[in-house]
Amino acid sequence: MLNYIFAGIIIISLICAIFTGNGPALAQAVVDGAAESVDLLLTMAGMLALWSGIMEIASRGGFTKVFSRMLAPILKHLFKTADKDSKTLNLISMNVSANLLGLGNAATPLGLGAMKELKRLNHDSERASDDMIIFVVMNTASIQIMPTMVGTLRQTYGSTQPFSILPCVWISSACALAVGLTLAKILKTK
Amino acid sequence: MPAFIAVVIGFGLIKKIPIFDTFLIGAQEGFKTLYSLAPTMVGLIVAVNMLKASGATDLLCNAVTPIANALGFPKEIVPMVLLRPISGGGSTALLTGIYKDFGPDSFAGMVASVLAGSTETTFYAIAVYFGSVKIKKIRHTLISALAADFTAAVMAVLTVKLILF
Repeated sequence: MLNYIFAGIIIISLICAIFTGNGPALAQAVVDGAAESVDLLLTMAGMLALWSGIMEIASRGGFTKVFSRMLAPILKHLFKTADKDSKTLNLISMNVSANLLGLGNAATPLGLGAMKELKRLNHDSERASDDMIIFVVMNTASIQIMPTMVGTLRQTYGSTQPFSILPCVWISSACALAVGLTLAKILKTK
Repeated sequence: MPAFIAVVIGFGLIKKIPIFDTFLIGAQEGFKTLYSLAPTMVGLIVAVNMLKASGATDLLCNAVTPIANALGFPKEIVPMVLLRPISGGGSTALLTGIYKDFGPDSFAGMVASVLAGSTETTFYAIAVYFGSVKIKKIRHTLISALAADFTAAVMAVLTVKLILF
């Protein structure tokens, strides 16, 4: 996917620059962009490492498990086949907890494990089950309590209150998740 | 933020985990993430910079201005809304572009931040999750997920308007 996007952006830029006469600016943009990207990575490095370290402590200490235990009873109602299968439900709630805590690296393997179990519950069909759709939709909606990446970027670019966006992020993602799940529930009858 | 860190450290103390050692492991993961992210960011920030310098983003923004205005969208974030579900790196490159041009605390900067924080790379997640268990028919997954993304975009504008401005 990224192959086409990368090529597409560059080709469109070239064609566009020819028509708008922005050729010299385009050359400058290439040079600036390359330097700028490394600047950005270096500025971000400290905060990103700090957060990853702190979240690792949270994760080792069992934050995810505590969350997962609280979420399981709620999640139970969303899934039709997984609610009776404790292994699947456990994987699902661990995945959701890891996502909530922003532990993307931990969430993906748990999620893949959950998908495997859901496929087993669906008799190894090649057609997605209702539960799988709900689970994947939950994973395509970001349900992070602390969007650390965005916060770090905001700080890097001189925001006075990098985390002032939090309430907006929570409301937006909750609404997005609600719409996604409702639609997934409604459309399944067809 | 310092309070949150203190809570986590306290929690770790209660659970008797080697706090600093654990911190180091995590921080190293952070650097690894950055290391694996670096080539993508170099490529995409250059590409997005070219797109902006060539005038293509302006053309796109102008083309969608009537629709964006009707919906109350800041037109500067339209390219990001379109790229967000497809490419995480690409939309991050656009996000930094918005921060640079308008500032992270401007209206466009705030909306873009909320959008980045409340959405995921939808196509990537669908491909990874269904691909891993070889599901061929994904039924109504994509439409549900994209409806969620669209909702997030609309809500990002609304919440920033109501809460922060």
